[in-house]
Amino acid sequence: MLVAGIDVGGKNVHIVLMKDGTMLEKGAAPTGIKKAEAVEQLYDKVLRQAGLKREDVEHVVATGSSGRRVTFAQGVIPEAAADARAVVRLIPSARTIIDVGAEEGRAIKINSEGRVLDFAINEKCAAGTGTFVDTMARALEITVEEMAKASLQSTQSIPMNAQCAVFGESEVVSLIHAKTPKHDIARAVHDAIAGRIGSVARIVGLEKDVVMIGGVAKNTGFVESLKRELATDVLIPDEPDFVGALGAAVAAETGVIEEKVETRVVERQDYEESSN
Amino acid sequence: MLANYGFKDGSGDWFLVIDTDKCDGCGKCEAACPANVLEVGPDEYDPFREEPVAKVREEERKKIRYSCASCRPGYGEEPTPCVIACESGAIYHSEGWKFLYGKQ
Amino acid sequence: MAEEVREFWRWPESHWANPDIDWKQGKIITSGVDVGSVSTQAVIMVDGELYAFSSTRTGSDSPDSALKGLSIALEGTSMTADNIDYCIGTGYGRVNVPMAQQTITEIACHARGANFVYGSAVRTVMDMGGQDCKAIRCDERGKVIKFMMNDKCAAGTGRGMEVFADLIGVPVWEIGPRSFQVEKEPPMISSTCVVFAKSEVVGLLEEGEPENDIIAAYCAAMAHRIVELLNRLGVEKEFAITGGIAKNEGVVKRLEKEIDVKTMEKVWHNPEYNSRNYPFDTQIIGALGAALFAMALLERGRVKSARKA
Repeated sequence: MLVAGIDVGGKNVHIVLMKDGTMLEKGAAPTGIKKAEAVEQLYDKVLRQAGLKREDVEHVVATGSSGRRVTFAQGVIPEAAADARAVVRLIPSARTIIDVGAEEGRAIKINSEGRVLDFAINEKCAAGTGTFVDTMARALEITVEEMAKASLQSTQSIPMNAQCAVFGESEVVSLIHAKTPKHDIARAVHDAIAGRIGSVARIVGLEKDVVMIGGVAKNTGFVESLKRELATDVLIPDEPDFVGALGAAVAAETGVIEEKVETRVVERQDYEESSN
Repeated sequence: MLANYGFKDGSGDWFLVIDTDKCDGCGKCEAACPANVLEVGPDEYDPFREEPVAKVREEERKKIRYSCASCRPGYGEEPTPCVIACESGAIYHSEGWKFLYGKQ
Repeated sequence: MAEEVREFWRWPESHWANPDIDWKQGKIITSGVDVGSVSTQAVIMVDGELYAFSSTRTGSDSPDSALKGLSIALEGTSMTADNIDYCIGTGYGRVNVPMAQQTITEIACHARGANFVYGSAVRTVMDMGGQDCKAIRCDERGKVIKFMMNDKCAAGTGRGMEVFADLIGVPVWEIGPRSFQVEKEPPMISSTCVVFAKSEVVGLLEEGEPENDIIAAYCAAMAHRIVELLNRLGVEKEFAITGGIAKNEGVVKRLEKEIDVKTMEKVWHNPEYNSRNYPFDTQIIGALGAALFAMALLERGRVKSARKA
C-alpha cells in the first residue's frame, strides 16, 4: 500500500511517501504565506521524484499546526499522535518524546505501543520554539548551524534575563555590545530555551528513553544544553524533522484516520481515543 | 492588596497571587517552596506597611510558569506546598497551569 | 540602530516649569524620578503642587538618565538639586537614581500619581510603558488594592507597537489616526506573539492588504489583549490609561469600545491647573506619585529631609 504523510508546520512542510512500511521518498519546503499552495507544489514534486502520480497514493494523512490546509487528505491527526506513532517505530524503547519545531514545543509521554498517555505543550509564544533560536541567530549575524557549533565551544553559562524572543533579541544585542564572545552568547540562548523546554518536559515526567524530534533537534548546540538541563541522555533519530510526517504516513497505512481536530487545547481523553 | 506576580502571554495566564491583607509575613510559604520562588520582606507596594510580606522574587516573576509547573497548581491531586503551608489562605495560583496541562 | 530609525517609535521629549510658584516660599520640596526602559521622567513638587517636570529618553546609563532628567526639569528655574528635601526613585531603573533617598515601585507611584492627576474618583489605572504593562485597582486615596504587571511578553507593551511601527515604516504618532482611515473595521491580527504577528503582517502586506487596514488590525489586537489583562482585575470606573499608549487613539478607542467604559478625559482634576493651562502628560504620572510619596513620608515624620541648601 502506498501512502503519504504531510506535516504542515509553521515554517516548513515535510512530506513522506511510504510503501508497505518503508519510506520511499521524502521532501521538505518552506510553508511560506500561501500554505495550501506550498503543500500542493511540494507534494507534486515528491511524487515526481518517486516516479509516481497522485492517483497511485491510496491514503493521505496530514498533521502539523496547519494540517487542515491539506484539502486532499483523508484525515488530519494531532501532532502528538503522529509523533508517538513514528517514534515508537523508530525507537521502540522511547517513552518520552520532546518535539520542538518552529512555532511549538511539546512533550509527550507514551507507552510501549505508542499510545499517548500524557502531553504538555508550549504554544503561541516564540520563546519556547525554534523561532527563538532563529531570531537570536539573526541578531548574532550567523546561521543556526554556525550557532550550534559555536555554542558547543562555550565553557561559560550566562543566564538570559529575557523570557521573550523580542526582549531576548535586545538582550543579545546588549551582550554583543558588551563584547561577550559569540560562542558564549550562543550557548546562553540554547541554555535559555532548553530551560523552558525542560520544564515542559518535566510535566510529563522524563521516563527513559527520552527522544527528541522536530527541526530544532538538528541543532547540536541546543541538544547539548537540553541534555544538561534534563540531566539525562536524549536520543535523536535520523532526520528528526521528518518524524511528524512519518507518523502521519504510519496513520495512513494502518488505516487509523481520525476526524479533523477542531480544537488544539490539550485534553488527555482526545489523545487516548485518537491513539486507538 | 492582591499582588499578581507573573505574566500573561499568548499561551495563558500565569500568576502566583498573594493577598497581602491576609499575609502576616510568617515565611512558611518561603520555606515550603521547592523552587525557591518566594521570599519575605518589606512591602514594596505599600510604603506605609510595617510588617513584612511574602512576595515572588523579582528574578522569578518572568518565568513563574516554568518554576511553578512541577508543583502542578490546579491540575494535581493536592494543593501546592506553598498553599498548604499558608495558614491565612493568602496565596493561590491562576488557571494557566490547569487549562494547559490538566484535565478540565 | 540609526537615529532616524529611532524617530519612528519614540515619543518626543519635553519639559516645563510652573510660572505661578515661587519655590523659595515653599516649605517642602520633593521630587520623583521614574527611570523607565525607554523614557525617564522627573517631577518636582513644592508643598504638594506641581512645580516642574521633564520627559526624556533613557540612555544606556540609568544614573546618567536620572541626573539628566532632573537637571532638565530644573532648567530655567533658580532651583538646584540641593534644594530638594526628599527624592524618590521609581520605575525599572529605580535602583540607579543616584540622588534618590529611597525607592518605591512604579505600581504604588502610578496609583498615587493617578489619584492626584485625575482625582479621587479614579479606581482603575492601566499603564503601558516601553517594556511593560501594568493594571492597577486603587481606592479613593490612591492606595493599591490589586495589581498585575507584565514585563515578560513584548506583545502587551510599547515594544509590541514599536516593532510593528518599525516593520511598516510608520511613526508611532501616525498609527492612531491612520487606523481610523479604513472603510470597515478589519479582523484583528490573530497571532498573540509579536514575532508571529510580524509574519502575519508581512503576509497581509504581500497579499496587498491596504496599510491602514493592517494598522487597524494591529491596534485592535493590542486593544483586545489589554482587555484580557484588565478582565483579570475587573475594571471599576473611573478608568484612566497612562503611559505612552494613552497617546495612541487607535488602541485606546478600540479598548474603550470593547469594555464599554470610557477612559477619563486627559484633563487635570484640579480646575486651576486646567484654567492655567498646565501641560497634561500622562507619562509623568509615576514620577509625580513618587514625589507625592516623598511629601507624605516627610509630613508623617517617617523620614528626614535630605536638603543641602
